[in-house]
Amino acid sequence: MTTPTAPDAMYRNDEGLGIWEHRGKVAAFGIGHGPTSRRWDGRPETCVGAITIQALRKAIADAGVAPEQIDGLVVVPVTTTGAFWEEGKPLPMDVIESFNQTDDPLDGVAKLSAEWLLANMPELTNVQFTMYGPGCMSNALNVAAQAVGDGLTHTCLVVKSWHNFEGRYYQSGANVEDALPGTAAITRLWGGPASYGTALQFAEYCRKYGKTHEMMAPFMENSRRNGLMFPEGYWAQHRPEELGREDYLAARWIAKPANLFDNDIPIMMSGAYLFSTAERAADMKQKPVYILNHASSNARPRSLTPTLDEVEAETARTARKIYEGAGITADDLSFENMYDGFSLFHQFHLEGLGYRGIKFGEALDFYQTDISIEGPNPVSPSGGNVGSGRSRVWMHTDCIQQLQGRAGARQVTGVEPEVAVSGGPMPLGGNFTVWSASPD
Amino acid sequence: MSKQGVVPDDFSQPFWDAASEERLVIQNCLECNRLQHPPAETCRDCGASDSFEWKPMSGRGTIYNYGVVHDCPVRLLQEDQPFNLAVIMLDDDPGIQMFSHLPGVPVDDVPVGAAVEVIFEPTANGQLVPEWRVIDD
Repeated sequence: MTTPTAPDAMYRNDEGLGIWEHRGKVAAFGIGHGPTSRRWDGRPETCVGAITIQALRKAIADAGVAPEQIDGLVVVPVTTTGAFWEEGKPLPMDVIESFNQTDDPLDGVAKLSAEWLLANMPELTNVQFTMYGPGCMSNALNVAAQAVGDGLTHTCLVVKSWHNFEGRYYQSGANVEDALPGTAAITRLWGGPASYGTALQFAEYCRKYGKTHEMMAPFMENSRRNGLMFPEGYWAQHRPEELGREDYLAARWIAKPANLFDNDIPIMMSGAYLFSTAERAADMKQKPVYILNHASSNARPRSLTPTLDEVEAETARTARKIYEGAGITADDLSFENMYDGFSLFHQFHLEGLGYRGIKFGEALDFYQTDISIEGPNPVSPSGGNVGSGRSRVWMHTDCIQQLQGRAGARQVTGVEPEVAVSGGPMPLGGNFTVWSASPD
Repeated sequence: MSKQGVVPDDFSQPFWDAASEERLVIQNCLECNRLQHPPAETCRDCGASDSFEWKPMSGRGTIYNYGVVHDCPVRLLQEDQPFNLAVIMLDDDPGIQMFSHLPGVPVDDVPVGAAVEVIFEPTANGQLVPEWRVIDD
């Protein structure tokens, strides 16, 4: 079996597509997470492949299905947080030989194929459909939802994992060389870190609307608070530290106006879900969370980095697609779980959605109001990457858990959890899912 | 600032040859007469390929935006932290951006909206690279 990458046709990129043809007919049932850690410690049982297997087995058990009932697997094959296995570095043979191997010795260590997973999960005896949803969990969810709806798979696992190695973020490879190839040099000689583009957009936003970086503090405090109530997350598991206003504002700059906490912390983690058709709800241990729509943004900036005009145009367009396919409006959202890594673009997603009626330039003022899980306007109840470390998964897990009524201490209480949206990553370029407690 | 050196490849050779002569050129699609930067094998607007020229620019622009880099992933630039990293919009087409360290401009004291002109500075291996300086009133 050779796993294909999902074709473009599986994504809903365009406006005017109407209601999603599988609206309410696909549901999430099971959730599983592997343990988090800051970096890989080199042991077989903690490598990215091993924690992925843990996450998948938990998702299967959580849904209450027998492994042989699973006939589909959607995987994000890229697992790097920005850390790569350096060329020439000796392979970790003790780790590699602890698992059934594929042709690529770094499979399960620095990347993840569907073939590697199936070779190391012998209980999955009936998987007939495998597909890659490259990028992040948001892509893979869209692919899995469409695949189940299209009948390509009936009971499908979807998984995204991250590895993180020793060393500083992106300070390897071409960045430590004395020279760059000419084509790359045209854009890369100036040395902007990963958050630089978002910092630029935030700077422009602040100038245009008269806002300040300080106004992010309530959002950051709220996100970490929510994250500390997310037992699957990095901060809750390893560093249960609140993030106060002063802590946030005193943090060192990375690319001003983006500081250390505006940059999500890279970690090892794995998250998995089990999707099936809504009609199988009676067979499942968990309450179904129905998918009303999935939508994608594939816009690109005209030049090097998106302008604020480009960001606002695209987030508004994305919201129209989200709502159109789901047959809902902004008023139907119980809460939102849009992406936050980097934190300084969360407000772009919020404003594009028109969450609680906010318009462009108003989100930072909105942050100064009650955005807690106890209030009427929850913002990022998952806590996102700010609250639990870089995964691009927490937002989806939280939507499912909230709508199933099993988000624990994080359960929203100021609103009835009925409809939610999650997705990302970027304002230009992302994938989004609309979740619902009912199929209608 | 000591930028990494540049080893021109076939695709980028005209850009770097022009820079060596202290001329700024930007890729232009001959099918739809649209500039694009960064350059690519295919026009991002009309999809044409193998139909490009490297069009001379006036070398004038405006500071559109900036950030201040305190934690740079590029080793050679780390000794100069913190440094300005600005986005320049070209007068020839304000949709086209170029990066600049804005030599001579104090850190985090960048005059957004100011007029700038292109200059050329040597990288670590001597290859000249376009940079930008504020035009005095």
